[in-house]
Amino acid sequence: MAKRITIDPITRIEGHLRIDCEVDGGKVDKAWASGTMWRGVEQILLGRDPRDAWAITQRFCGVCTTVHAIASVRAVENALGIAVPKNAQFIRNLMIAAHAVHDEIVHFYHLSALDWVDVTSALKADPVKTAELAESLSSWHGNGRHEMTATKERLVKLVDSGQLGIFANGYWGHPAMKLSPEVNLLAVTHYLQALDVQRKANKIVSILGSKTPHIQNVAVGGVANAIALDSQSVLSVERLLAIKTAIDELEQFVHQVYNVDVAAVAAFYPEWTKQGRGVVNYLAAPEFPIDERGTELETVGGYIANGDLASYQPIKTFGDPLLRDNVAESVKHSWYRGGKGALHPYAGETVPEYTDFQENAKYSFVKSPTFAGKPAQVGPLARVLMAVAAKHEPVVGHLTRILGTVEALSKSKVPLDALHSTIGRHAARAVMCAVQVDVLKRQWQRLMDNLAKGDVATFEPPVFPKGEVTGFGFHEAPRGLLSHWVVIRDGVIANYQAVVPTTWNAAPRNEADDPGPYEASLVGTPLADPERPLEVLRTIHSFDPCLACAVHLADPTKAPIAEVLVQ
Amino acid sequence: MTPRIVVLGVGNLLLSDEGVGVRCVERLERDHALPAGVRAIDGGTSTHELLEDLEDLDALVIVDAIAGAHASGTLVRLEGDHVPSTFSNTLSPHQHGINDLLAKLALLGRAPKKVVLFGVAPESLALGLTLSPRVEAALADVCARVVDEVRALTG
Repeated sequence: MAKRITIDPITRIEGHLRIDCEVDGGKVDKAWASGTMWRGVEQILLGRDPRDAWAITQRFCGVCTTVHAIASVRAVENALGIAVPKNAQFIRNLMIAAHAVHDEIVHFYHLSALDWVDVTSALKADPVKTAELAESLSSWHGNGRHEMTATKERLVKLVDSGQLGIFANGYWGHPAMKLSPEVNLLAVTHYLQALDVQRKANKIVSILGSKTPHIQNVAVGGVANAIALDSQSVLSVERLLAIKTAIDELEQFVHQVYNVDVAAVAAFYPEWTKQGRGVVNYLAAPEFPIDERGTELETVGGYIANGDLASYQPIKTFGDPLLRDNVAESVKHSWYRGGKGALHPYAGETVPEYTDFQENAKYSFVKSPTFAGKPAQVGPLARVLMAVAAKHEPVVGHLTRILGTVEALSKSKVPLDALHSTIGRHAARAVMCAVQVDVLKRQWQRLMDNLAKGDVATFEPPVFPKGEVTGFGFHEAPRGLLSHWVVIRDGVIANYQAVVPTTWNAAPRNEADDPGPYEASLVGTPLADPERPLEVLRTIHSFDPCLACAVHLADPTKAPIAEVLVQ
Repeated sequence: MTPRIVVLGVGNLLLSDEGVGVRCVERLERDHALPAGVRAIDGGTSTHELLEDLEDLDALVIVDAIAGAHASGTLVRLEGDHVPSTFSNTLSPHQHGINDLLAKLALLGRAPKKVVLFGVAPESLALGLTLSPRVEAALADVCARVVDEVRALTG
């Protein structure tokens, strides 16, 4: 008999997601993704000064905030057709890349590793054997027996105290947990080390952005960082060197720890390269402009249809018509007033019309975006596949290195097709994290070189014309393609729409009733223990949803029979 | 040596009494001179970001709204292992974060030597930027108790 699983929100801090699955014969048969909170920011923006939009749109979220500031100023700059000084591009790029590295490390270790790592199993590990294993995998200085022993001792103490804290709500002893006690202890040790490392990335963002979350230094036309190489109060050589030190420390951790751990999880969970495929139309934006108008960017983006790399169409520059002309959003299954079919974002409407959860009608506050009429998956996997299709070596090199580690550990060949999966999304995120560290190094050097030429400009004041202009800004955020779309009339905002990465991935069914990427990825997922649907969380977490959720397991009469908190 | 002590006010200012911890820190900064070595931090709804400020402390004094059968405005003081137990039965999501934070500090070997929680029973958790009258009325006493606590801790 079919069972219904509902994953429902508990947090009031971040976005709210609910996942409903129909389970039949031990597998997910159908799934629905529902955003349960209205965003409303677009309505707040109407009639306001476009120069303020970046500060307001950052408040979409309390975690991934920088990305909205960036996409917003790019949208307004695109509408005005203005250039921004090179230094401003480099400073923005440094913040973008540092934010992404932070997000990717935290996502893997602190938000999703415990889907794969059994903390209670680590209590049984031999720390000496763990250190031997760790040292055989990488030269990281934190892999010694002293570290492994200290972690185990503290873990035992924490468990004995009855205060599991972070680890209180894991799926310990679940049949889908496959790692040995030693690998589990190694992962817990790196989980703790990652706590120290992640803040180095955040410091880069706060040195440049004045604070994080919610950076304060961007402006339509550039950035508000005054540069004086010998002053304490502005961006000085001392601060730039502090950034360089942090970049070097991040590189070491990403290469020697994060990349190796993801490869190990992939090698020990090969069956997860066959789960979570879902929608295989992919969309990604190029990123890191190195000139004033965003005609030259460091990484590649574009569209791939139906998982076929030969179908790759590149998005090359800011304002690229391929993206501009192909995005539309449907509200057929969303809690908004509709009836006009899928609308282009310039004409988009955000008037709420709540109906309660109706699986065959409206069931989400998330709209359903499409590219050329089709749902598309966004995120690190999309970025990596674009790079493979474009033969973009700075990404392909890291992909080859990480897949090489997987192959060495699993003693089997890993085909490219294995990337279209739950574990493939984790692997792609690890690849992109290494790419972002390279970007940090290059952008830092570009900034230093440009300053050495005597160019210290960071801002060009914008001028708003009479009449109507439209523009869009894209940004390849950690979770995928983000785009902000703005209509400006006589210098004030006449319409504003943000099409965010999780809108693409968590989309409900669209105008043609095609399921969105989360929904499609869950179909066929086997559940070893339907009372504890760990496998559903593995796939949803692989997309890096910006959420914490609770799982309520309900019987067909919908009475809750179990409740398990997860993050 | 001057002890290192943090008074951490946590809460969501958008949910009226849920923000009482943050309101307490604002009031402490405005009206009270804290002893040397004592920092008052507005923790808001942060989790990870607070880690560095809370490492290797001699004492951590947390101020927050607290669930339970108490009359609104009631002040509760808890100490030691009772603090994470309270937080594991959460009233609000950031409390889950504080519990995580304490566990992470323990696992890193950098836990505070002493943890004290001042919990204030809320009257309202509805959307709103101001405290309810009863909690607002209790705030002066909450601040006084926190100041007494840190004075005792600093000797």
